[in-house]
Amino acid sequence: MGVTKTIKNKPKTKVEEHHHDHHEESFITKYIFSEDHKVIAKQFLITGIFWAIIGGAMSSLFRIQLGFPDMDLTALSPIIGNWLTPQGKIDPEVYLALITMHGTIMVFFVLTAGLSGTFSNYLIPLQIGARDMASGFLNMLSYWFFFLSSIVMFISIFVEGGPASGGWTIYPPLSALPQAVSGSGMGMTLWLFSMSLFIVSALLGALNYITTVINLRTEGMTFFRMPLTIWAFLVTAILGVLSFPVLLSAALLLIMDRSFGTSFYLSDIYIAGEALSNQGGSAILFQHLFWFLGHPEVYIVILPSLGITSEIIATCSRKPIFGYRAMVYSIFGIGVLSFVVWAHHMFISGMNPFLGSVFTILTLIIAVPSAIKAFNYIATLWRGNIIFTPAMLFSIGLVSFFISGGLTGLFLGNSVVDINLHDTYFVVAHFHIVMGSASFFGLFAGVYHWFPKMFGRMMNSTMGYIHFWITFIGAYLVFFPLHYIGIAGFPRRYYSFTNFETGRIESFIDLNTFVSFAAILTFAAQFIFLFNFFYSMYRGRKASANPWKSNTLEWTTPREPGHGNWPGKIPSVSRWPYDYSKPGAKDDYIPQHIPLSSTKESNMPEDEHR
Amino acid sequence: MSNSTSSKILRMNPRIFIVWIFMISISMIFVSLISAYIVKKGEPGGFNVDLPSMFYYSTAVVLLSSVFKQLSYFASKKDNFKNLKLYLFMSLVTGIVFLVTQYLGWVQLVGGGVYFVGHPDGSFIYILSGIHAFHLISGLFFILYVYKKSVELDVHSKNLIYIEMSTTYWHFLAGLWVYLFITLYFYNI
Repeated sequence: MGVTKTIKNKPKTKVEEHHHDHHEESFITKYIFSEDHKVIAKQFLITGIFWAIIGGAMSSLFRIQLGFPDMDLTALSPIIGNWLTPQGKIDPEVYLALITMHGTIMVFFVLTAGLSGTFSNYLIPLQIGARDMASGFLNMLSYWFFFLSSIVMFISIFVEGGPASGGWTIYPPLSALPQAVSGSGMGMTLWLFSMSLFIVSALLGALNYITTVINLRTEGMTFFRMPLTIWAFLVTAILGVLSFPVLLSAALLLIMDRSFGTSFYLSDIYIAGEALSNQGGSAILFQHLFWFLGHPEVYIVILPSLGITSEIIATCSRKPIFGYRAMVYSIFGIGVLSFVVWAHHMFISGMNPFLGSVFTILTLIIAVPSAIKAFNYIATLWRGNIIFTPAMLFSIGLVSFFISGGLTGLFLGNSVVDINLHDTYFVVAHFHIVMGSASFFGLFAGVYHWFPKMFGRMMNSTMGYIHFWITFIGAYLVFFPLHYIGIAGFPRRYYSFTNFETGRIESFIDLNTFVSFAAILTFAAQFIFLFNFFYSMYRGRKASANPWKSNTLEWTTPREPGHGNWPGKIPSVSRWPYDYSKPGAKDDYIPQHIPLSSTKESNMPEDEHR
Repeated sequence: MSNSTSSKILRMNPRIFIVWIFMISISMIFVSLISAYIVKKGEPGGFNVDLPSMFYYSTAVVLLSSVFKQLSYFASKKDNFKNLKLYLFMSLVTGIVFLVTQYLGWVQLVGGGVYFVGHPDGSFIYILSGIHAFHLISGLFFILYVYKKSVELDVHSKNLIYIEMSTTYWHFLAGLWVYLFITLYFYNI
């Protein structure tokens, strides 16, 4: 107790100090090298938005190639310059680089750092009642490692030979040998360097999240009184701590193979008839190491979104979340299972069919906790007093994507069906809906919901509605047709399909054009959000202290919480966070810090044990 | 504000907790590499390596270093500053000796025809001991930091946090090497 007490009191004295010496907190310590979790969260958010624009723009570019293969893009040459062939088309190697960078940027820089980095940092201390993270310094380091990693990745886009182009999974030998593709030269080196920095950042962040949640909860905040957001962030961080080091070892061995001539992943390779000296390695080893991170990674991406929407759906349905404990256990179930399913990405790598069946079964078991979550979302909405805020719409959108994208997972998780579907657009459709769109919707929902707390102002909800409907319909128009394209046998990552002349492939050109049209439109609609975001930051309507009438602790802070979050004592907690529309209560919500003794009229027998 | 239902939250010192999670994530690096190594050893076409005799000595040295570190912890608990500094210094020295013996082990490996560049069965030994050495260097810097603190009389029975963290980490690194050594030993007979 003693140590935590001193930590608790420290920021308070700091705040008092600042009143005396204003020069202490310069612009640099306040906004740049800040150790305050709220500022760091915003830094992650802004950097994530920056990357999302780049990643989205890249997807528009390669969708142009796929949808309009004959289009002359010379008009774009001032922006993308030497990425074009003399005919004004996107260079085939640039195309590969674009899909690689799109995947890397979206999975790691936007949906891992931008999502976990923003909301874990912002919400953990505020919702569990802590002054700040366990270690503000490590937290600051976490952001700056991410920033460095971003710089290196950004530079890699412009180096000679182009950025990494072996796909975001960077399978060797393609990624190990510069002779394979020009992006496997300098671009790949920078990719590995950048990702190593990124892993350090993710680990430093996760260390802090876990430690803070377990050690710095306020009085009364037992584990089962934590909001589901915190549970989701906690499990996400645990997954990160266990899986990112494995990616680090995979990357390290790849660096050794590339730069020092070892043969961890290389064996029996002939280039232009000449045998390479590398013997004894195994490319499959990389796939195992990569997917041991890679599969938990997709849950690192989706779980924070699921946590965010659990909170928003309960708040905006004015109902307790249905099956709180079931939600917690299914988050844990998903987390545990995510470590034993990685080989379903490798069904056609020549693995033993018996092993394939084992991984099929384990994979399909994930449907159970996922279905529990989907059911609980719907049961929470059922006969709720639903308030359709933009955040709520995005949360419901997530539920929709989680279900429709999750269903196709059943096909892909089956080792037999996967023989046909592997590496086709069906896979692309599946993960873009279930983890791409769903996570993005969680991110949007979180921004719309907590914007008032972050910036003290409201976002414009009309623009929010327009943004939601275009994005929601747009995302389905983009990704739903891809299922058909995939079943028709289109392999992913191909530059062009016009050279096959089978008659069948050509008949899907129209559908591809349609998808590209929808993709570019959906991307364009995101600028409504961007405008709304930055405009509302300065000109938005001032927010009230608790605009959504929510129960969690962050809404008990001042409108713009200072360093240390609560000016006085940290509120203690005496109930769970989902006391919405409690029978007999005066309001339809009872915040967590209200003691049971002052709500005698609505107390239930089970409240004593919650 | 508090009432009968609000219960106390169990707390551990957050910084010690961070050290533990940090050790878990380091373990994951080695778990992944060791499992890759075991799979590799199961494949045909590989070879067994005669582990350098220096690795036996280094194992003894790193264990000795761990003992010194523990003694320094006991000394700090009893506010015996002379012994605290002495044992910290001894664990630093034995830590450096360990790195030297590891390096000599590599020299022996090269002498025996096992190179870093070549078949993975050989490369893995360098990778495993190399990454371990890298982490051990970080542990040395940590001890150096605690040594500086103890010279400033900032490590004593009322302020054990630094020495506790560094001792835990140092034992972990020693145990990690013993684990790596035993694994390498049994997969090469």
